[in-house]
Amino acid sequence: MTTVIDRLNRPLKKKPSGGTAETPRPVLRERGQHEVFCGLTSIIWLHRKMQDAFFLIVGSRTCAHLMQSAAGVMIFAEPRFATAIIGERDLAGMADVNDELDKIVARLLERRPDIKMLVLVGSCPSEVIKLDLSRAAQRLNAEHHNNCRVMAYSGSGIETTFTQGEDTFLTALIHDLPAAAAASPQSLLVVGTLGDVIEDQFARIFQGFGIEHFSFLPSRLSSSLPAVGSNTSFILAQPYANDAAKALIGRGAKQIAAPFPLGEQGTTSWLSAIAERFNVGTARFAATTDPGRARARQAVAHSRKDLQGRKVFLFPDSQMEPSLARFLANEAGADILEVGTPYLHKNHVSGELACLPETILVSEGQHVDNQIDRARAAKPDLIVCGMGLANPFEVEGFTTKWSIEFVFTPIQGYEQAGDLAELFARPLRRRALLKVEA
Amino acid sequence: MELATWTYEGPPHIGAIRVAASMEGVHLVLHAPQGDTYADLLFTMIERRKTRPPVTYTTFQARDLSGDTAEIFKDACRDVAERFDPQLMLVGASCTAELLQDDPGGLAKTLDLSVPVVPLELPSYQKKENWGASETFYRLVRACSSGWQGDSGPDAERQKTCNILGPTSLGFRNRDDVEEVKRLLADLGVRVNVIAPLGATPADLARLPGAGFNVVLYPEIAAPAARWLKKTFGQESVTVQPIGVGACRDFIAAVCACAGLPDRAKCMQERLSWYSRSIDSNYLTGKRVFVYGDATHAIAAARICEEELGFKLCGLGTYSREFARDIRAVAEHYDVAPLITDNHLDVEDAIIAAQPELVLGTQMERHVAKRLRLPCAVISSPVHVQDFPARYSPQMGAEGANVIFDTWVHPLMMGLEEHLLQMFRGDFEFHDDVSASHLAAVAPQDHSASRPVELASVEPEADEPDVLTWTDSAERELKKIPFFVRGKARRNTENFAAERGLNPITIETLYDAKAHFGR
Ligand code: SF4
Ligand code: SF4
Repeated sequence: MTTVIDRLNRPLKKKPSGGTAETPRPVLRERGQHEVFCGLTSIIWLHRKMQDAFFLIVGSRTCAHLMQSAAGVMIFAEPRFATAIIGERDLAGMADVNDELDKIVARLLERRPDIKMLVLVGSCPSEVIKLDLSRAAQRLNAEHHNNCRVMAYSGSGIETTFTQGEDTFLTALIHDLPAAAAASPQSLLVVGTLGDVIEDQFARIFQGFGIEHFSFLPSRLSSSLPAVGSNTSFILAQPYANDAAKALIGRGAKQIAAPFPLGEQGTTSWLSAIAERFNVGTARFAATTDPGRARARQAVAHSRKDLQGRKVFLFPDSQMEPSLARFLANEAGADILEVGTPYLHKNHVSGELACLPETILVSEGQHVDNQIDRARAAKPDLIVCGMGLANPFEVEGFTTKWSIEFVFTPIQGYEQAGDLAELFARPLRRRALLKVEA
Repeated sequence: MELATWTYEGPPHIGAIRVAASMEGVHLVLHAPQGDTYADLLFTMIERRKTRPPVTYTTFQARDLSGDTAEIFKDACRDVAERFDPQLMLVGASCTAELLQDDPGGLAKTLDLSVPVVPLELPSYQKKENWGASETFYRLVRACSSGWQGDSGPDAERQKTCNILGPTSLGFRNRDDVEEVKRLLADLGVRVNVIAPLGATPADLARLPGAGFNVVLYPEIAAPAARWLKKTFGQESVTVQPIGVGACRDFIAAVCACAGLPDRAKCMQERLSWYSRSIDSNYLTGKRVFVYGDATHAIAAARICEEELGFKLCGLGTYSREFARDIRAVAEHYDVAPLITDNHLDVEDAIIAAQPELVLGTQMERHVAKRLRLPCAVISSPVHVQDFPARYSPQMGAEGANVIFDTWVHPLMMGLEEHLLQMFRGDFEFHDDVSASHLAAVAPQDHSASRPVELASVEPEADEPDVLTWTDSAERELKKIPFFVRGKARRNTENFAAERGLNPITIETLYDAKAHFGR
């Protein structure tokens, strides 16, 4: 066989009980208060990624306030997001909401001729009043298509949780991708926002593999959207791109299944899945990845002493939790108590969960008060949770790692494996360091 | 529909959460979609609160909309009553839930809870955060103190006690203002009955009518409650906010009048007065200052600028529409145009037009000032985490005046530097592009141009005859004027030239205009 199946070399340790991924693990499904962000927050990183896009939320003052509270420290001359705030007149039907929206868009595009893609973002209020933003996008596209593409997706709290906002965005984007010609060469599409620096690292590795045609979604510019067709193979770089995967399959692309590229093992498995699809030889795979693997192992080792044997409890936030837990358990030697996730896509994370011991509780959804009770009772050494919970837990004597940093920090790939471990280790080291109490 | 990047105030339910989070024994059940819990981190992160704010959100999702969201709300109420056992429950809806029309108040009533419930109407599409806070506080005060049975006849001892109304969680420097005002009142021999909402329980609110009078520290939050207390129990209110030396004196006089004490305003001990008198502050005279914020802080700042620091107000504005009239009166008094808007772009335009040398504003004006490379200090909410400092930093009372002197003068170029900059205009290491030595490296620039993006569209045709132009030598001479007054000089000169039909502008015109206007 010419392909490398590096996974056979056990890059991901199987759970000790000997069960297989097919045995369904019981999942605790809870309904109650969800202490999570809505999908609008995805705009904070999406607008940095796509440099010619403007995100216009159609929502309420609450939505504008959320964006400001979450992104308020970023001081930009001309931020590339804003909210069209629905007012009383719009609700009372005194103003035609669509006309109002058209006016705002016209003014905005006039003011910002540099914007090449305008993204209308649906919110809870716009969805509850059934304002059809996809239709609005079509209409506006017809009007402005010469200078600007207009599209729409939902970032509302009722439809999306945090990173799911990116998924709905990508899904909408995928409908807009140009079709690749039937005779086009085999190409690779990496799906899910990655830091620019990580994209560049992966690009070098793909080149090392000899893969000629590869691209990332979302692209840095709306003008360089990749084409997609039956010769496209795609791989998810982020676990939350579930609908995006479905949409790509709908357009004929073929999915490469793999764990997510966190840590040395996750990255190796992810890359080897790609290598397998593109028939990269064993020697070539090793030559391209060995130095990175060695560096990643070395870098993670620095934090291992802080994390070894530590009990970790993860609250739901971004859907990255199963992958983070797998990394913590396999590469940093931590004991996982509970892995919460806002949404559990069985197929996409089954590989991650299969490596975790049976004793771990996997929970989907949330009843935050119950989950807090469970966390307190379990007495973890480290709680991974949102900023609404972190400081209160610290005051109770727990050590916390606030979870949105995993979305806002480059953590994927070999060169970031050490940084990822460090994110978990730092609060533990800090607690040991400080001789003052909360 | 209204386009906004930044909003000075959150929606009204944020105000309700602030009041609930200020108090003890109160829990708010908020009908809201999944995602609106972001509000929690304003408290846990920006204010660094040690506990979760006492709010339970229903966090409904799309799949719940086809079912019974009212039932989800009722479950949340029952759960809160059992789990948190509050002394009082507030119920309300956020903007999305308002559209569902589930009527939280009515639903809570059907539950027959043993906890008293105060329903809130928070019209999200009309009103904002401060309104929500003041409405919530008013509803709470009414609900708790209506049943007052105590003494309210004339009594010299009672007359010397007051309530402090208005300080809240997430209020700008409220924590330390309260300490400072307590100290001020203690020095006068006035006893504090209840401080609310910050730190108060529902039982404390029930005791409000027991005081002789009310001190309204933040009218944005407490004015409606104080009005109701006056109407119902005849309590007078002190409505001067003791921010700045003069205002503190007036405050003391008003307190003494209410308490039946001789006026002791002269006893105030602060350092602002002397610092501002000392010759080092001479160069502050006539500095052009733009002031914007909530009404209370903007009005106080205007007076301090004009009467205590010797600045020249060149703009005064607020986003507190409820207090537009007060702002207009103050603006007229100091002869500037009032700006009543909650649109940050309007504020930015007004700052550009006013060409100030110092901006006193909110977090948003900090963004604008940074971009225009203007010195800036924060005087009002909304603010970020750095304006909830660890150190004692009131705005009110004697210490508040000291804090204000330091904070406002700090970002300005120091006197000696300013002089040398004028002497050696083209100095190679000491020029326009470096800032005051004691500040971080923020390079100032010529901000006399308008917003860059918009400028492009109004760029005149070069050969249009009636467009004012500058000769190269005049333009070079203009550059020699220190950056912090250059914008003003450019505008004055252009007005001067336009009025007299002088075109192009020469060095002569520049100096003629300078002589005409004075500095
Ligand atoms: S989209 Fe929904 S959850 Fe998000 S801020 Fe707006 S109203 Fe709140
Ligand atoms: S982490 Fe702290 S500083 Fe950063 S945005 Fe949040 S509150 Fe502000």
